[in-house]
Amino acid sequence: MYTQGLNIEAGDKSIPLEDRNSALMQRFQSRIDAEEKVEPTDWMPEGYRKTLIRQISQHAHSEIVGMLPEGNWITRAPSLRRKMILLAKVQDEGGHGLYLYSAAETLGISRAELIDQLLTGKAKYSSIFNYPTPTWADVGAIGWLVDGAAIMNQVPLCRCSYGPYARAMIRVCKEESFHQRQGYEIMIALSQGTAEQKRMAQEALNRWWWPSLMMFGPSDAASLHSSQNMAWKIKRVSNDELRQKFVDVTVPQAEFLGLTVPDPDLRWNGETGHYEFGEIDWTEFNQVLAGNGPCNRDRMKKRRKAHDDGAWVREAALAHAEKRRARQAMTAAAAE
Amino acid sequence: MSQRDWPLYEVFVRARNGMSHRHVGSVHAADPAMAVEMARDVYTRRSEGVSLWVVPSAAIIASDPRDKDVMFETMGDKIYRHPTFYDIPADVKNI
Repeated sequence: MYTQGLNIEAGDKSIPLEDRNSALMQRFQSRIDAEEKVEPTDWMPEGYRKTLIRQISQHAHSEIVGMLPEGNWITRAPSLRRKMILLAKVQDEGGHGLYLYSAAETLGISRAELIDQLLTGKAKYSSIFNYPTPTWADVGAIGWLVDGAAIMNQVPLCRCSYGPYARAMIRVCKEESFHQRQGYEIMIALSQGTAEQKRMAQEALNRWWWPSLMMFGPSDAASLHSSQNMAWKIKRVSNDELRQKFVDVTVPQAEFLGLTVPDPDLRWNGETGHYEFGEIDWTEFNQVLAGNGPCNRDRMKKRRKAHDDGAWVREAALAHAEKRRARQAMTAAAAE
Repeated sequence: MSQRDWPLYEVFVRARNGMSHRHVGSVHAADPAMAVEMARDVYTRRSEGVSLWVVPSAAIIASDPRDKDVMFETMGDKIYRHPTFYDIPADVKNI
C-alpha cells in the first residue's frame, strides 16, 4: 500500500538527483512522456532504479507488516463468517507483499536483501501499521479507512511508468475493493447495533481517522523529490490531492454510519465542492516514522521472531530438495 | 540475517479451457512441487485459472534487448505480409 517510500527526508542523499540534460536521460524522459512503459532490461537512470526499489520494497514491507494488526483478531472474530473473511483478507495482504517483492527483484535486488532491509530497520513500512487494534471495531475501521486510503494511493500507481510495478498494482487494486467493503460492512453492523457497539465504532473512527490522513504523506510543500517522481511518472497524483479526494469520499460514508469524524474544523465548502479539514499533527507523524509510534517496536519484534522461527523450515526445504535431486541423479545413473 | 534465497520460478496460468498459459509473475520455492503450491496460493486465490505452469527463471532464454532493432524492426517495412496490402476490385467477392 502507499507511497510513503517516495517521501525522502531532508538530508537523505541515498537517491541522487540526475543530470537531466544528458542524451540518455533525454531519451529516457521522452519515452516516459510518450507513456511508454519501462521494462527491467531497459536502460534507466540510477535515481529511477533506486527510487523504485525503495518505493516498491517499502510498499511490499507495508503489506507484510500490515498482516499483524488484523491477524491479531483472526482467532477472536465474532462469527465464523467474519473469521473466514478476515483470514482471506490477511492472506491477500501476504499475496500483495509477494507480488511487490517480485516486482522489486526485477530491479536487481534479491529477496534476501529486501527482507534484511526490513528486519534491520534500514527500510521503512507505512506509518499506519504502528497503531494498535484494541477492539473488533478497529478491524472494521482498518478495512474502511486504511484500505480506502490505500485504494486512493494505489489506483494511480496502476499507471506507473515502471511496467512490473504497474502490473502488480493492477492485481492488487482488483483485490483491494473487497477489503474496504468488508470493513465498512463491519462498521454498519456495529453502528446499527447496541449503544455500546456504536460507541466502539465511534472510538475506532476516532483512533484511525488522523493516522489514515497521514498515510498520504507530508504536504506537497514539504515533499522533497516530488517533482522528479512526477516527471518520471512514478507518482502521478500529489499527496495533498489524494488526501483531499479521500476526505471528500469518506465523510459522507461516516455520516451514513451516524458517526462523527473527529475534526472540529471539518466543514463542507459549497464553492470549492470540497471538505475543508483541520491541520494534521505532523509531529506525531514524524515520531511514528522515527520509530516511536505506539506499536513500532512490537511490530518489528514479531516480524523478526517470525523470520527467525521460520529459518529452519527454509533451510530444511532446500536441503530436502537437494537430497532428492541427488538421489534422482543417482537412480538415473544406475539405470544407464 | 542474510541467507540464500530459494530459487525463482516464473508462473504461467491458463485462465480457462481453450486459452493459452499466460505469464502472471514469479515465486520463490525450494523445489518445483513447492513452486506449484506457492503459485496456486499467490496467483489463483479467486479462480483465476484451471492450470498452472512453473518454469525455473534461470531456464528462460530471452532475446537480447540490445538486439531489439535488428530482431524486430526489420519487419516494419514488410507490409506486403499483410492482406490489406493488396488492392482487389470491389466486384470480386469472397476473397
